[in-house]
Amino acid sequence: MSPHHVVISGIGLVSSLGEGPDAHWRKLVQPGLEPVLEASRFSPYTVHPLPEIDWNLQIAKRGDQRQMETWQRLGTYAAGMALDDAGIKGNDDLCTTMDMVVAAGGGERDETVDADILAASESRNDRDVLLNEKLTTELRPTLFLAQLSNLLAGNISIVHKVTGSSRTFMGEEGAGVAAVETAAARIRSGQSTHILVGGAFQTEHSDMLLGYELAGYLHRGPWRPVWQRQGLEGGGVVTGSGGAFLVLEQREHAISRGRKIYAELGPVISGRAKRRQGELDGEIAALLRQAALPNGELLTISGASGAHAATAAEKSALDANPAIAARGFSTLTGHMKEAQFPFAVALAALAVERKAAYPAFDAATEKPFNGVPRTVLATAIGYHQFEGMALVNAAD
Amino acid sequence: MANLNDHMGRPIVAVTGIGVVTSLGVGKADNWAALTAGKSGIHPITRFPVDHLNTRISGMVDFLPSSSKGASLLTYDLAEIAAQEAVAEAGLDSGDFGGPLFLASPPVELDWSERFSLYNSDKHDIGAERLLRVARGMKGLDVFETTQFGSIADRLADRFGTRGLPITLSTACASGATSIQLGVEAIRRGECDRALSLGADGSATAEALIRFSLLSALSTHNDIPEKASKPFSKDRDGFVLAEGSGALVLESLEAALARGANILGILRGCGEKADDFHRTRSKPDGSPAIAAVRAALADAGLGEDEIDYVNAHGTSTPENDKMEHLSLSTVFGERIGSMPISSNKSMIGHTLSAAGAVEAAFSLMTMRESVIPPTINYDNPDPAIVLDVVPNKKRNAEVGTVLSNSFGFGGQNTCLVMAREPV
Repeated sequence: MSPHHVVISGIGLVSSLGEGPDAHWRKLVQPGLEPVLEASRFSPYTVHPLPEIDWNLQIAKRGDQRQMETWQRLGTYAAGMALDDAGIKGNDDLCTTMDMVVAAGGGERDETVDADILAASESRNDRDVLLNEKLTTELRPTLFLAQLSNLLAGNISIVHKVTGSSRTFMGEEGAGVAAVETAAARIRSGQSTHILVGGAFQTEHSDMLLGYELAGYLHRGPWRPVWQRQGLEGGGVVTGSGGAFLVLEQREHAISRGRKIYAELGPVISGRAKRRQGELDGEIAALLRQAALPNGELLTISGASGAHAATAAEKSALDANPAIAARGFSTLTGHMKEAQFPFAVALAALAVERKAAYPAFDAATEKPFNGVPRTVLATAIGYHQFEGMALVNAAD
Repeated sequence: MANLNDHMGRPIVAVTGIGVVTSLGVGKADNWAALTAGKSGIHPITRFPVDHLNTRISGMVDFLPSSSKGASLLTYDLAEIAAQEAVAEAGLDSGDFGGPLFLASPPVELDWSERFSLYNSDKHDIGAERLLRVARGMKGLDVFETTQFGSIADRLADRFGTRGLPITLSTACASGATSIQLGVEAIRRGECDRALSLGADGSATAEALIRFSLLSALSTHNDIPEKASKPFSKDRDGFVLAEGSGALVLESLEAALARGANILGILRGCGEKADDFHRTRSKPDGSPAIAAVRAALADAGLGEDEIDYVNAHGTSTPENDKMEHLSLSTVFGERIGSMPISSNKSMIGHTLSAAGAVEAAFSLMTMRESVIPPTINYDNPDPAIVLDVVPNKKRNAEVGTVLSNSFGFGGQNTCLVMAREPV
């Protein structure tokens, strides 16, 4: 049985730069584009905040919006954009047979309740009892559902009626890599014809920053492009709120519905370096070898986070190949954790479809790319663990 | 020579190793003895104070060294112990498994004990700002790793020498079944000869209990803990929060036979269907659960009349048991009244992310031992649910095929079909 080809037939994107593939393209091709930054709310950390979003555009019912916090709304919104873009939204036959793999972390805790409990803990020794006392009376019952990892997918089912199947992968960038890899494998093997895959990250919440900072991963002090944070104060990661969803489709399936195809998804490769044993450099080199890169200049959409060790390792591996012209999009969007790899693949697909490269996002570090990109490499080397890459090819 | 491919030409997937931990004990032998004796593992909560709590009982695993060390460490230990049992039974190198890892585990958060300890180690700022300030000065990765969703699988991958990027997944209370489904699919696609599928949940914290309580999902029958979980009974009033783990070594039948492995059972089919009705309730007509059961049967290549026994999701909530009965009676028709259907949760409670894997392990043992574990606490049958729940006492029976159901919040419905023999 010959494997089916996988194409990208829908893209939904949200970041501090705006929403939608077109808006992102228009912004990202402007040389010297300045990032949107929020440096005071979470000082000493800078984040790339969400743009103004009219949730009603993708989540029609106010009741549904109320059941979610920002993370789930953001993901549900980006997923709806991808479905719209692929001409699947509102099509019952396609939605009820559509599979879904969501890369998710957790949702937002109630910061006020938490702060209240922490403050009270300073004068109480019976902290476990304090916890029971406060949580039983102050937690909103439905907040639990807004925090559950698989309820982003659950909300996508409810709001957009995607019900073929629903699976949620967890685990930072690696979850995004595995989600795209598994979805592609299911289509290639004939287990599925069309799959919604992606993730979202809402960084404007202290717990989401804490998740990095417990290991000192966040960059502090003035903002710098993602490749220029080595040796500066903090750990190098500047986060951003955003989401990226893709509609992956069996090529025949997309063609038979007469849909626009952005690009073909080539090999998706993943790995797990034992980083404490110094395996990361070798692992990145091995992934690049497995990707079977084409000859000639290669535009590379890098999901580098800025985390010092991982970003240095990725940069040195990419620099070692003179054909590679890397674009570290975290410079302009910030790091979006579970959404990072789907976002990278989406930007790669856009460049292939528009037959043009992005200018350097950091002109001091990134080199020009002059040709028409027919194949683009997308990477996500996790800030702490797990690595992945994909090749995105022109559809024709 | 056995047929090595199934009705759709895909490699047949065999089970060659099984591991399990529940509140009833560590390992298959202890669990099976207790389960077939109709013994309950539900007991009063002692891990944290129960002041102000409406539910004061659970099926927590309280006998491991890590039982009091937080959800992340306990979940790792539960997964590790079950996986070790399964890999050893399969006769594989427990440090060089040589296939991918799929882990169903609960979403992680910084434990309250850590929050308190971080917060009270400084006096500057308040609330989240103080936590971030303290975090900036911290050395070591132990606390950090409890907050990373991929860290438990990363440690397990090191421990067992699994291949590639491990997948950590959540489909709520269907997670354990999904982890098995992912393993089955990877083998069928020819990506690997074997896979390690785990479900583990050690997340029964006070906050988890309170969250489920606030959704009115838990039993409050605190007085006689072992009687609280009573699936399909008229007076059932919620599930009992529990912990545990289940592990399966899955292998293509061809690879298993080639290395002379003992075949413990066959993973014949998997089916799933998402529900778009509500975040916690199922569509009133049961159509998604019905579709999931039918998809599993079709995937297994079996008709409705070819299932010998159903290992029910059977949570003991008013909603689940009613909807599960509706779905099963729709699929199996009149035969439903005479098919044995029992709920392991009557004895071990609801092990959440682990449930699908734990119950798959028990389903396989049911076939191997020709003994069906009972649904205990069936003293007051729900007249609206007419089922043969194998009430209160185990039953000796030849069981060649099992359907195991897993349903979860967020519209998750996943069903597995297992068989004793390859054909």
